[in-house]
Amino acid sequence: MHRILSALIALSFVGTGAAFAQSDAIAQRKQSMKDVGAATRDPGQMLQGRQPFDLAKVKASLQVYVDSAQKMPGLYPPGTEQGGDTSASAKVWQSKADFDARFAQWGSASRAALTAITDEASFKAEFPKIMQACGACHEVYREKK
Amino acid sequence: MTRGGRLLAAAAGLAALGAAGFAVLTAPATFRLLKAETVASVPASGDAARGKVWFDAGGCASCHATPGQADHTRLGGGGELHTPFGVFRSPNLSPHPEDGIGRWTSADFIRAMREGVSPDGRHYYPAFPYTSYRAMTEADLADLFAHLKTLPAVAGRAPDHDLSFPYSFRRGLGLWKLAFLDGERFRPDPSKSEAWNRGAYLVEGAGHCAECHSPRNAFGAIAEGRRHAGGPDPEGKGGFVPNLTPHATGLGKWETGDIAELLKSGFTPDFDSVGGSMAAVVRNTARLSDADREAMALYLKSLPPVANPRPKAAEPRK
Repeated sequence: MHRILSALIALSFVGTGAAFAQSDAIAQRKQSMKDVGAATRDPGQMLQGRQPFDLAKVKASLQVYVDSAQKMPGLYPPGTEQGGDTSASAKVWQSKADFDARFAQWGSASRAALTAITDEASFKAEFPKIMQACGACHEVYREKK
Repeated sequence: MTRGGRLLAAAAGLAALGAAGFAVLTAPATFRLLKAETVASVPASGDAARGKVWFDAGGCASCHATPGQADHTRLGGGGELHTPFGVFRSPNLSPHPEDGIGRWTSADFIRAMREGVSPDGRHYYPAFPYTSYRAMTEADLADLFAHLKTLPAVAGRAPDHDLSFPYSFRRGLGLWKLAFLDGERFRPDPSKSEAWNRGAYLVEGAGHCAECHSPRNAFGAIAEGRRHAGGPDPEGKGGFVPNLTPHATGLGKWETGDIAELLKSGFTPDFDSVGGSMAAVVRNTARLSDADREAMALYLKSLPPVANPRPKAAEPRK
């Protein structure tokens, strides 16, 4: 009887732990997306002509992209399809390989841009291509929100 | 004749009358007679170059381009719209003579866009947003038709819609149109600026923004008074379509430049990037001029503000 009870208690802890991990993953990926948005502000405004070009800021943003691209695929574990105000589409889990590959591609493009972008001209030529990844992926993998 | 027989005959007579009445009420010609703003002279031909702006503003490619290929001018149809009424599939809009609109006249096209009727006299479902396109002028529609005729002919037809009863009964749309389809063309407001009028025409007509960004009533018509106020995703995936009115829960804090920028690049002022079907909308509005995007923004900012907060975040599963 005791053994059953303690097993049940243990199980309930595991369950709670899993629930924590789930809401954690959703909160983390939402934060990660917000960080990417925040990192896009400076270069985005430079492209719009609302901020002067600043290579150091551009590189800092690209580094955020590189880091995010690395950790984001791990923040969509099975069991996090719903809840926590997620706006991830069910397609994330249906086509996880493509979803992950897009992050990898965006990450390596951002890494390449870290060396390819050396001045304002190369920034204006290269950076918009990296920004296009946002909308292209959101079109398929994010629900309306 | 027995009493029962007389009753039966009377009932049959009534049913016949009812059926006849229904047939008359739902006839495309009845809508035309009662509500459509019909013009005496329809332009026989339009200007294809001028029509491109209506092709882009109207988002024709978003639904009619053949899915799974990159060329947005190949309008073989087959795009799906999942709704509470069932699945709609867009028809072939390419100038293919058998499968598309190759044999249509300019007048056929204008009638389809303004009255939602096919050249062979059948009602279109309002998944095809003629409820907005009806605001366009005959001249602009003739230009758009001329533009469509320059695009590649694509063979093949899309499968039929897959709707539940009674929505599968196409003729019934005649009643829906009498109730919900405004037959009138856009009327410029002389008290407003030219840019505002241009924006209103783009947003309410070709752009058909309200078709997704408004809640709908039980009959699937836009809930008046809540136009542009956003609401649950009509494609039923549990998402929420944003409120476009200048209320704090909508675009209240956005500058016109922010709205114009979103229509150009897809980025919000926070540098979030729009997703879902809005990504395809932005591909179209990105092809418009800066002046047209600014005009659309100007008009949206002038709408009456309507409160419609996004639903609170669902609790994470415990």
